[in-house]
Amino acid sequence: MGGFPILSVMLAVPLVGAIACLFMDAKPARMVALLATLIDLALGIILWANYDIGGAQWQFTERANLFAGFEYALGIDGIALMLIMLSVFLMPICIGASWEAITKRVGEYMAAFLLMEVLMIGVFAAQDIFLFYIFFEAGLIPMYLIIGVWGGQNRIYAAYKFFLYTLLGSVLMLIAMLWMVNEAGTTSIPVLMEYDFAPEAQTWLWLAFFASFAVKMPMWPVHTWLPDAHVQAPTAGSVILAGVLLKLGGYGFIRFSLPMFPDASAEFGWLVWGLSMVAVVVTSLIALVQADMKKLIAYSSVAHMAIVTVGLFAFNVQGLEGAMMVMLGHGLVSGALFLCVGIIYDRLHTREIERYGGLAINMPAYAVLFMLFTMASVGLPGTSNFVGEFLALAGIYQANSWVAFVCTTSIILGAAYMLYLYRRICFGEQKNADAAAMPDLTVREYLLLAPIAAAVLWMGIYPESFLAPMRADIEILDSRLAAAAPEGDARLAIGEGVPAEEEHSEGGAH
Amino acid sequence: MDYSTSLALIAPEIVLSVSGLVLLLVAAWAGDRSARLISILTAVVLGAAFALVAPSVCAGASGPDTVAFGGQFRADAFSGLAKLMIFAAAGTALVVAPRFFERAGAMRAEFPILVLFATLGMSIMVSASDLITLYIGLELNSLSAYVLAAFLRDDERSAEAGLKYFVLGGLASGILLFGLSLTYGFAGTTNFAGIAVAVSDGLSTGQLFGLTFVLAGLAFKISAAPFHMWTPDVYEGAPTPVTMFFASAPKVAALALLARVALEAFGSQSLAWQQIVIFAALLSIVIGALGAIGQQNVKRLLAYSSINNVGFILIGLAAGTLAGASAMMVYLAIYVVMTIGSFVAVLLMRDADGNQVEGISDLAGLSTTRPALAWALMALMFSLAGIPPLFGFWGKFVVFQAAVEADLVALAAIGIAASVIGAFYYIKIVKVMFFDAPAGTVTGKGDTPHWALLAICAVLISPLGYLLTGWLGNLADMAAASLAVAF
Repeated sequence: MGGFPILSVMLAVPLVGAIACLFMDAKPARMVALLATLIDLALGIILWANYDIGGAQWQFTERANLFAGFEYALGIDGIALMLIMLSVFLMPICIGASWEAITKRVGEYMAAFLLMEVLMIGVFAAQDIFLFYIFFEAGLIPMYLIIGVWGGQNRIYAAYKFFLYTLLGSVLMLIAMLWMVNEAGTTSIPVLMEYDFAPEAQTWLWLAFFASFAVKMPMWPVHTWLPDAHVQAPTAGSVILAGVLLKLGGYGFIRFSLPMFPDASAEFGWLVWGLSMVAVVVTSLIALVQADMKKLIAYSSVAHMAIVTVGLFAFNVQGLEGAMMVMLGHGLVSGALFLCVGIIYDRLHTREIERYGGLAINMPAYAVLFMLFTMASVGLPGTSNFVGEFLALAGIYQANSWVAFVCTTSIILGAAYMLYLYRRICFGEQKNADAAAMPDLTVREYLLLAPIAAAVLWMGIYPESFLAPMRADIEILDSRLAAAAPEGDARLAIGEGVPAEEEHSEGGAH
Repeated sequence: MDYSTSLALIAPEIVLSVSGLVLLLVAAWAGDRSARLISILTAVVLGAAFALVAPSVCAGASGPDTVAFGGQFRADAFSGLAKLMIFAAAGTALVVAPRFFERAGAMRAEFPILVLFATLGMSIMVSASDLITLYIGLELNSLSAYVLAAFLRDDERSAEAGLKYFVLGGLASGILLFGLSLTYGFAGTTNFAGIAVAVSDGLSTGQLFGLTFVLAGLAFKISAAPFHMWTPDVYEGAPTPVTMFFASAPKVAALALLARVALEAFGSQSLAWQQIVIFAALLSIVIGALGAIGQQNVKRLLAYSSINNVGFILIGLAAGTLAGASAMMVYLAIYVVMTIGSFVAVLLMRDADGNQVEGISDLAGLSTTRPALAWALMALMFSLAGIPPLFGFWGKFVVFQAAVEADLVALAAIGIAASVIGAFYYIKIVKVMFFDAPAGTVTGKGDTPHWALLAICAVLISPLGYLLTGWLGNLADMAAASLAVAF
């Protein structure tokens, strides 16, 4: 790319768009927002096309000494590349999803979304630990406004809860970062990833980072902000929350907790496993009894994120790759599911599952796409989530078969709550006349769902496209973890093997 | 050291005091008609003093060349940086005040002169390296401040604020004076350098008492908990431009003075005062945060916010290192900008008749009725809460960095966790402005200078402010390095 600062440009485009949107009326603001996100998508594709698989670990690096105490340093590896792609892919869809649903204060709304995009790309591209923190934390402001201004009835409570929960989680991380930088004498993330902190210190640092990432992830029992925030946020807000913001926690684990504190990660593996096992079972069961579609999908997100955490803390290549694939797959699928909810919400203005029914009759195209995403969420082979969940569970099986056993129930329980949801919405009788009168997908809605459907299938059928850029980085991470990785419980004993002569002699006896 | 060198070092103070006296005479003969002219002249004088101080700050003046009058006064980079902030804050108070008082029909020529004398007092405070100089500066500032608080003579709240401030301020001065006399009695000298020698081999009980009382007296001036009770009442009652002045300049002066007393005079006994400072810091953060939650008046809320912020600044001091002092100065600079911005925003809250409104509920739905004001105030609130990417985060960042570097990790962790409580009421303001239905009270027009000041503050605390971090950090480091510390 010959020195073209593509990452900075990707940050600048939505930023300029955001500022412009603030001063615009509804119509031009929508256009500007769509244009800015599409430019970023195009830049993202260029970024991926130019990413040199098997090349340097950190590519597209930029560095500028603008500030005291930390550097403006950007750069990506394969993991960050994939997550940036997910963000830029979902953003135009979010703008499209808000095209008609948002009618008040459109300029500000679009500005908030574009600002979110800047911050998300910034988080994944930051190579300086404090720059990362600034992007990471700044996301609270636009999200607070999105939930609070354009949310549903209980939006204020949800906005407060979201803000304070996540803020409390991250401030302790800042203290840990300050300590680390003081100890290691650098703010560069790549250098810190190779720095060996003393094991006693790792324990505390790991816990401080865990406090932040567990809330963002979110892990049981600190997940309670998520259903509130999801339910109250507008459709596009939910898409961005589920699609990308939840990935910040997983990204944090993979970028900070695991490589920087491998010993502490191994030490606390049981904690993560335990919380994940509880999350899988408990939140799946909670999802099963929800009467609100968005809440159901929100709880299913918590369960899926638990698969991510067990994959990450399996300490082997399969687990890590699986965790990344679940993150990407879940980003697409849960985003699509929220869109599906949004589509019927826009028509009937209720999220009560009971108010729908038999939509397959009057909205066949919708039912087909909704079915695809439901199946993907369950983890049907051929869809994105299957690849990730299979790898993650295969990874954790090597580490601990009991954890694998409990977490695998997520597939069964997932099938239960998702298919039950689907049956109630799309099949059965058309008991409500207003729901039966709803028109099928419009062109705009097709345009929103079709790309996600294509990506879901692509990721399910040929996951190599997505795994290839990450492979080298995950191997580096795996080798970094190898020394600390806990012993698996399988205790495979390799047999002696039968000596060759005996085999022959036996054979001869026949 | 001859007198000419000493006099050259106190040139800014001479300019301030002589022009103060001259302007007082002008005011006496020309009356209130000259109020505006005197305001302008006072601002020019402050600008001149600013220009006189600036070179020494940029050059990082330190060492024996900065000592005047046999060690009673120091014109080093540390005092210089504090003076720059004080002059700037006083200048903005003069810019916003005339329009406010004219509308209240109470613009008097004494106002700018009182501000000038208060500024002179603060200027002496931050340069004090002797207990006597310290007390003179502090009292000159306080006496002017009492009058300023009661400046709206017809307004009961203003009179009440002045009286409260005077009574409690007098008490605090008494405590401080008691501490100073104990210190003098047990150290045998009033000079900071002399005290540092006297306490270098451990504090005697009398010296410890002296130190405690001095810290208590100064804690009153910076409104650190548990000596903060006067703050909400005085801030609410005093005229808004005066409140803005109180919340910015005297805080800088008293905190810089506190840092000098702690680090220069008692620097070798940091363990003794660290406990007190840590206690006051954490208590201020928590009380400032909890007290603000139930407030209905914006000015009261900002009063608690200032208590909260002082707590964070004290964490820098509690570190007991030069990095901590430098962090304090950075935080103070950002704090001054945020405070001025917030109070200017309060000044811009007017109803259709041009009367000031101060209720938080009056802000409801401001984002739809007055978007520019609402967005600026939102940025200020998030900045005060220390949420990146706004510049207020940087103040907290450097302060906590200093604390962590000084191995006070537990203090930093507790302090930052308590800051989340504070975030609640800041985002509550944002909620009122952005999420609630419009109340329609804030409809009046603002004055151009106010808007201009608000715009400047908003730009400074926006992410663009980070471009200043290098420059500001450099100035603050030089300032801290100029402290004659005896570690």
